[in-house]
Amino acid sequence: MPSKTILALALSGICVAGCATRPSDSETERTVAEMIKTSFRTRGQATVARLSQDDAQALCSKHAGELPKGVSDGIEKAQQATIRYPSSGKLMGDWREGERIAQSGVGKQFTDAPNRPAGGSCYNCHQLSKQELSFGTIGPSLYQFGKQRGASEAIQKYTYGKIYNAEAFSACSNMPRFGHNGVLTEEQITHLVALLLDPDSPVNR
Amino acid sequence: MADPMRIRANMTGDKVEVKVLMAHEMETGLRKDASGNAIPAHFIRNVTVTHGGKTVLSAQWGTSVSRNPFLHFRFKGGKPGEKVTITWLDNRGEKRTDEAVIAGG
Amino acid sequence: MGIQRVLAGVLAATLPCFSPAQQDTLKEIERYRQLLQESNPAELYEARGAEHWTRKRGPKSSSLERCDLGLGPGVVKGAYARLPRYFADTDRVQDLESRLVTCMVALQGFAPEEARRNPFSGTGAPMITTDPFSGVGQRSVMTDLVAWIASESRGMTIAPPMSHPKERLAYQAGERLFYFRAGPYDFGCITCHGEEGKRIRLQNLPKMTNAKDAQRAFGTWPAYRVSEGELRSMQWRMWECIRQMRFPELEFASDASIALIVFLANRAEGGTFDAPAIKR
Repeated sequence: MPSKTILALALSGICVAGCATRPSDSETERTVAEMIKTSFRTRGQATVARLSQDDAQALCSKHAGELPKGVSDGIEKAQQATIRYPSSGKLMGDWREGERIAQSGVGKQFTDAPNRPAGGSCYNCHQLSKQELSFGTIGPSLYQFGKQRGASEAIQKYTYGKIYNAEAFSACSNMPRFGHNGVLTEEQITHLVALLLDPDSPVNR
Repeated sequence: MADPMRIRANMTGDKVEVKVLMAHEMETGLRKDASGNAIPAHFIRNVTVTHGGKTVLSAQWGTSVSRNPFLHFRFKGGKPGEKVTITWLDNRGEKRTDEAVIAGG
Repeated sequence: MGIQRVLAGVLAATLPCFSPAQQDTLKEIERYRQLLQESNPAELYEARGAEHWTRKRGPKSSSLERCDLGLGPGVVKGAYARLPRYFADTDRVQDLESRLVTCMVALQGFAPEEARRNPFSGTGAPMITTDPFSGVGQRSVMTDLVAWIASESRGMTIAPPMSHPKERLAYQAGERLFYFRAGPYDFGCITCHGEEGKRIRLQNLPKMTNAKDAQRAFGTWPAYRVSEGELRSMQWRMWECIRQMRFPELEFASDASIALIVFLANRAEGGTFDAPAIKR
């Protein structure tokens, strides 16, 4: 049963004249499903299979705008269970490599070579180092992230986990689940952890 | 035959202010297509502007000028109703000439 | 490169996310932007588009002059401002570009695949050459037509009709698609366009469910994209967003693309068209 929020949003913009003939939710759902099937095509590495939503994506789409606590708790619990830490136990890599990964916006588009490593696109949404002025504001500033928290094992684990699967901590987060979705490798994530936590990283100086 | 330029020529004070939009690819020759082949260079080399038989502007361009170049300049000695003629010549020998009538200020 | 990004960000700015010290810079850039309006290469596309409308093309060797864009056959002035809309002859809701495909097929005798071919102009930049619909140095008749037809609605109020049941269905479908999260980055349109005052790198992002943002955003497409050296339409904008969302390719003039444009046009209702514009 679609959430009240979707209904409210749908009503807000379209009830001008003749509201009585508003399409039913099931008709809308059927129409959308048909559009998903026929309006997209596989190209390069971007296959139509990508449009099959997993549980989190489906729930987050359905409850966009107002996420009931029961639903968000459920998502976070399920996402937490997906986090895999490196078997070596080493969670912090090289911050220099991390900065390169953070700067790169490449990865998973049909115009990207499939064998080219993805970047984290971190600066698209976040401030990180002080020097980089070209940063986005979709996510909070991460400047001094490590300075504020230290680099204890617990913080390293949290930071790694957050990059691996942000929805384990914040259901329906705007942040991609970089590890769980196979965008970044284990090693790449450790470099990003270093970028955020290493005292020598420009993020913390 | 290349697309026509869009020319605006107006009096500002005692000068003629000219704004020209030229339709040209301005390909540098450095870009590569999907197969990895260089896209051949194709760019405007010379621009000449004349008024009353005299050259009022002469420019030598190269690959640093961007696509669909916009040229904006002023010159003295023109009056409303008179013509300004602009010609460009590119590295392939293609050329285009257009003229505009100077409008009042 | 950094300066370019700052300029680029401000040129496209819709919200004042800048410190007082940067306001003077903003004024100068606004003055520069006014100058740019007189040098907008979109004019070159508009001139070609006006010609394509009257030129005899295709197997039927006909012009597009009897094409009905919603206000009656051949009426172009104001038509873009009233799109997308329901068309009885095709029994579908259509945007400008899908309607032009319809007319190219019905009036000029083109096969649908031919009419859809090369919808986006391109001159061989690696990303575009691999597209089935553009090539090195290849112009797009479709893009030229869009530029001209849009210019004939410049200054008019954005007023897509919303009275036919299929228009309402398209709106609701478009809305669902707007919130649809999928792919390896879990992106939906909502990810970037769901909050006020946000930006990606230095590019300000309109909140598309906010009327003012939507009006300014929707009212400035089509636009000449300086960084691409090409004029870009709403269909292109949808295609490009979907690509960057890591989704599979959105088909040109497809039902989903039209539904999204219906949703956005209606969010922008009441705004003023200032297109073709010029953007970074």
